[in-house]
Amino acid sequence: MSEYTEHTDSGASVGRTEKRFFTFAEPPDVLGVESGRTIGPVSVAYETFGTLNADRSNAILLCHALTGDSHAAGYYTREDLKPGWWDIMVGPGKGIDTDRFFVVCSNVIGGCMGTTGPSSLNPATGRPYGLDFPVVTVADMVRVQKALLEHLGVTRLHCVIGGSVGGMQVLEWAVRYPDMVRSAIPLATTTKHSALAIAFNEVARQAIMADPLWNGGDYYGGQAPAHGLSVARMIGHITYLSDQAMRTKFDRRLQDRSDISFNFEADFQVESYLRYQGQKFVDRFDANSFLYLTKAADYYNLEQQHGAGSLVQAFSRAKASFLVVSFTSDWLYPTYQSKAMVKAMKKNSLDVSFCEIAADWGHDAFLLPNPALTRLIRGFLDRVGQDRED
Amino acid sequence: MRYDLQVIASWIDPGAKVLDLGCGSGELLAHLRQEKGVRGTGIELEEAKAKQGIERGLAIIHGDIYEEIEDYPDQAFDFVVLSQTLQQVTDPARLIREMLRVGRLGIVSFPNFGVLGHRLQFFFTGRAPVSRELPYQWHDTPNIRVISIKDFRRFCAQSGFHIQKEVDIRSHHHESTGQEVTFMPNLFSSYGIFLLGSRGA
Repeated sequence: MSEYTEHTDSGASVGRTEKRFFTFAEPPDVLGVESGRTIGPVSVAYETFGTLNADRSNAILLCHALTGDSHAAGYYTREDLKPGWWDIMVGPGKGIDTDRFFVVCSNVIGGCMGTTGPSSLNPATGRPYGLDFPVVTVADMVRVQKALLEHLGVTRLHCVIGGSVGGMQVLEWAVRYPDMVRSAIPLATTTKHSALAIAFNEVARQAIMADPLWNGGDYYGGQAPAHGLSVARMIGHITYLSDQAMRTKFDRRLQDRSDISFNFEADFQVESYLRYQGQKFVDRFDANSFLYLTKAADYYNLEQQHGAGSLVQAFSRAKASFLVVSFTSDWLYPTYQSKAMVKAMKKNSLDVSFCEIAADWGHDAFLLPNPALTRLIRGFLDRVGQDRED
Repeated sequence: MRYDLQVIASWIDPGAKVLDLGCGSGELLAHLRQEKGVRGTGIELEEAKAKQGIERGLAIIHGDIYEEIEDYPDQAFDFVVLSQTLQQVTDPARLIREMLRVGRLGIVSFPNFGVLGHRLQFFFTGRAPVSRELPYQWHDTPNIRVISIKDFRRFCAQSGFHIQKEVDIRSHHHESTGQEVTFMPNLFSSYGIFLLGSRGA
């Protein structure tokens, strides 16, 4: 979920991309969200890669993780230092081949990367929503994505792909709109947060809310609660790594010093790394959005929402072929959670493939260059295409 | 493709639903898919092999066959295949019962421990037989069961598994050719292949 991890260039790129906007739910036809409240208008920031074919059968929806955005691949300008967050996977000839597929990626509702969220202007007041923004859920995110796809003329998806909170959206898609989803690839994800995952999110939210600058969510126009948000991000980063990853990456090495300081400076490289990640995050992310999005992730509970508490019943609605992937060192969404969804899919005689990939990099592994993952996704997408022609 | 897999493939009807336990990288499933339009699922414990299967466009579940088979509903498949894995199975009766619960028919193949070469080796050298079919020493073998064709027939009778078809073959593990052995198969065949159903099925 540290979307902008460092990675080396991985061959051909989709090149220049453009963030575009689609606005719907104009009053009075506002969008009713799961919490019972309404919102409108809603603007969706999205990007597309590749070309929609004549029979509109080659569309793939990418769902970004917690703090991601619509910029999955390519560059906005010639000067961009880094491509989009999954450029290693999305592009010409890559795992998700943009020569063959029309790939859509949009920012989630409640986010701060162009889609309507708490930092957007509330038309009723002329000021940013702040905490007046309704609490949104993963289901709401998916319903907004569906509105976008209808706007783009996509009625059936070849595949929905996403990791982490993006994976929750994938599962929600498969169960909520079974007739639209031919196949689905939930990566490093879960059907519901464990107490552990909720606990980390709560500590992160408390860090933000304890920052005096947060001011009950009303800080737009003034100083943002940068310290709180940065600590929240530091907590997140710990959960995205693993013991092994941290030992390899930092161990107890000191940062720019030969001995410990006997004060509270960042002695250790790991401290320095977390501070850097926290500060970098503040520049690109909104604290209120972080509160809303982590809450949506915590509230997600597929079996409760669609199966009266039974995951098997929830998946009885699904029709897609699934490729489920987990990573050995992911302790945020451990493999047992992926296995539980695979089990429920099997009990429904769904077509499912599953692989637990051995990787040391923790939850973040799904975003890192991994030729094996690329080949799995490519093989699966090919097969789904062939099955369609059978 | 391995000769025993060719025999197994010949028993499977076009369009059937197949579960392959311990499918490796999916050789049999890929063949069935291409030749017979069979939609199959494989279960494979080894990550590298499971990945290869998914990469070649098969539905593969990376996991343990005992755990994974339990999740399927009754009679979810037409055929459940256990090829050359029986000798590594802790509780064969339980596994085969599960196979016949989730599938209409089960296909089991295994290397025949009773083959003449093994008997001669043991008789003349007094040491545990090592052969092309069973290439391991006693201390590094994954095989925990010593099965002969006669033993397996008796086991089926005792466990209530109905043998609908039996073909015993002579071939080497990686050879794609072989022949059926009808004369004293327990002495002359290197593999036994059985089509099993429940009693009365």
